[in-house]
Amino acid sequence: MNTMHFITDILFPPLLEGLGVTLRLIVYSVPFGFIAGILIAVGRVYGNKLISTFCFLYTLFFRGAPLLVQLFILYFALPSIGLYLSSFTAAVIGFILCSAAYHSEYIRGAIQSIKSGQMMAAEALGMSKIQAVSSIILPQALRRAIPGCSNEIIYLVKYSSLAYMVACVELTGAGKVIASRYFEYTLVFSIVGIIYLIMTSVVTIGLNSLERKMEIPGIGK
Amino acid sequence: MNLEKADHDNGVVLRVEDIHKTYGKNEILKGVSFHIKKGETIVIIGASGSGKSTLLRCINQLTIPEKGRIWLEGEEVTHHMKEISHFRQRIGMVFQDFNLFDHLCAVRNVEIGLIKVKKMDKKQAREIAMEELRRVGLERQANQYPAQLSGGQKQRVSIARALAMNPTVMLFDEPTSALDPELIGEVLEVMRDLAMGGMTMVVVTHEMGFARSVANEIIFIEGGKILDQGTPHKLFTNPEHERTRQFICKIDELYGKTEK
Amino acid sequence: MVGKNILLIYQSIPFLLRGLVVTIGLVGGALGLGFILGIPMAIGQVYGNKYISGLISIYVWFFRGLPVLVLLFLFYFGLFILFNLNLSEFTSAVLVLGLISAAYQSQIFRGSIKSIGEGQMLAAISLGIKKYDAILSIILPQALRISIPGWSNEYAILLKDSAIAYAIGVMEVLTRAQFVATRTYKPLPIFFISAIIFIILTYGGVKLLALLEKKVRIPGYGEER
Ligand SMILES: Nc1ncnc2c1ncn2[C@@H]1O[C@H](COP(=O)(O)OP(=O)(O)O)[C@@H](O)[C@H]1O
Ligand SMILES: [Mg+2]
Repeated sequence: MNTMHFITDILFPPLLEGLGVTLRLIVYSVPFGFIAGILIAVGRVYGNKLISTFCFLYTLFFRGAPLLVQLFILYFALPSIGLYLSSFTAAVIGFILCSAAYHSEYIRGAIQSIKSGQMMAAEALGMSKIQAVSSIILPQALRRAIPGCSNEIIYLVKYSSLAYMVACVELTGAGKVIASRYFEYTLVFSIVGIIYLIMTSVVTIGLNSLERKMEIPGIGK
Repeated sequence: MNLEKADHDNGVVLRVEDIHKTYGKNEILKGVSFHIKKGETIVIIGASGSGKSTLLRCINQLTIPEKGRIWLEGEEVTHHMKEISHFRQRIGMVFQDFNLFDHLCAVRNVEIGLIKVKKMDKKQAREIAMEELRRVGLERQANQYPAQLSGGQKQRVSIARALAMNPTVMLFDEPTSALDPELIGEVLEVMRDLAMGGMTMVVVTHEMGFARSVANEIIFIEGGKILDQGTPHKLFTNPEHERTRQFICKIDELYGKTEK
Repeated sequence: MVGKNILLIYQSIPFLLRGLVVTIGLVGGALGLGFILGIPMAIGQVYGNKYISGLISIYVWFFRGLPVLVLLFLFYFGLFILFNLNLSEFTSAVLVLGLISAAYQSQIFRGSIKSIGEGQMLAAISLGIKKYDAILSIILPQALRISIPGWSNEYAILLKDSAIAYAIGVMEVLTRAQFVATRTYKPLPIFFISAIIFIILTYGGVKLLALLEKKVRIPGYGEER
């Protein structure tokens, strides 16, 4: 069998389908993971004892245990208490929960790096705590957190491949199916690898340009 | 409470009564009381660490004192945290290190309180903000970010930010202490104009030239209490305590030659 | 009933713990390999000519840009077989994780070497020390010390990545957990226990490295970050 024909006719159609699933995994997980990360960071810094402790334990667990274990719990273990998730849903939820924990640590660090005077000045104007956090603290903290959070998003692009381990046939899974059927592992995973490299490179470039666009004199680092 | 009515009748804008504040084991304020009438300027002096900033922060409840009460135009501020926003809107505050919002350009710094707190529409807020910037001589810097402004300009923006809320009284916490000497004058000039325009002001400063020419009263804080108070003339020439005289003599030495 | 469940779970713990040895072996092996490769890569990138440093950059870009799972499949099912290497699952996993870790570790060391600055190098050379001696005896000892926080981060990432060796059937903690979970029909507590094992390993290791950092700290040396 001719290699070119194998690539275009046999490999590409399922890979493209898998790529579609991968992109959907990423597009659903990234924004919700980021937003959840903000909430956890804010809860950790400004919440009362209970909320703050909860947020601490949350990040402890989700940053301490491998993502794969978390996915297994969601997909293989939850049915034992009557909660059935599709493999796609389990993967998305797992990605959101886990990346939220990592995002929250970058954001928390950024919040804590902002001088206390900013909060004081906001409150002195009559802002409520919530107003001060949302319109003064977060706009500054999130800008500072961009490099860390960008890294986390790039990680997520790569770790989306773990969805295959809970039976969600995304890009890696599609490759695995074809590779084992035709015993063409090196070729297939080289191509799959190149696709991931393109994705991570594009996302890196995109996030860097976002960072530049959001730049304000005197903020950042 | 009869004090409320009395304050109203006598034109007392701000009344501070028996404020106590402790951090850990350190009692910083041990019962401070004073009041200020409409259009007056009070200057507070005292050694570093004597609790001047703490006192100002107690006035708008950024710090909650353990004991003591505060009234603004006859209404009690203390023990009313639910309505604290309304009081804070009427108490302008200017900080030693400016605390401009670093992510907002000058005009956005000035208008954000109007938009977020007073819920004013953006167009009107922008007009007021520009007017306040003009008042402090910075309309041309409206679109610059704090990092692009000099210290003196930053402090003038922060004064404009406080003024935009149309406050009843202004608190200044060492507004010129973080400035290079050549930039102090422009800030003091703005403050002097404000005082002349009838603003009620409580100013922590060691600019004795400013105190002499603008203050109606000087308060000297030491050991958590008001040790001496009176007109500039009285404190400079005939203070009750020897300690006050010593401190005033030392100010030039401690804080550098000041503008006379 | 409840008692029986607890017994089942209790009995599975030694089985899981034997996986712990495998997990530690994976992480230790990969960290070591990554260290051995990462150091010369860092030196090559900082002091090498543009071909060497370009080549290393490509290596780093490749191994950092691909998912662990894809690399594992590529090497284990593809390249290792293509080159007729008869490697066990465990060895394959150590190699792949080590090659990935080398990419990350080289960047940690590169950052540290750069942060030490030219001054130290110039001072050494002006004393008549040869460049390679200077790198080994002046630059590296300092660079390694300030690399510990980054290295501890790399340990934590690698530990969690080691669970992906499940995909090629290495009998580490997660693989065994999955094994027990399907036999006992008690997946929730079993996976939870394996999560706890990983969490303890993560923070325990990080703590140990923080202690090490304190121990090797040179007085007067500024704290990182
Ligand atoms: N938030 C705080 N927590 C603990 N101690 C504080 C706090 N704020 C101020 N202090 C202490 O209170 C004392 C008075 O501080 P401050 O009011 O800033 O003095 P001043 O403004 O007169 O220099 C100082 O000893 C300071 O260390
Ligand atoms: Mg002070």
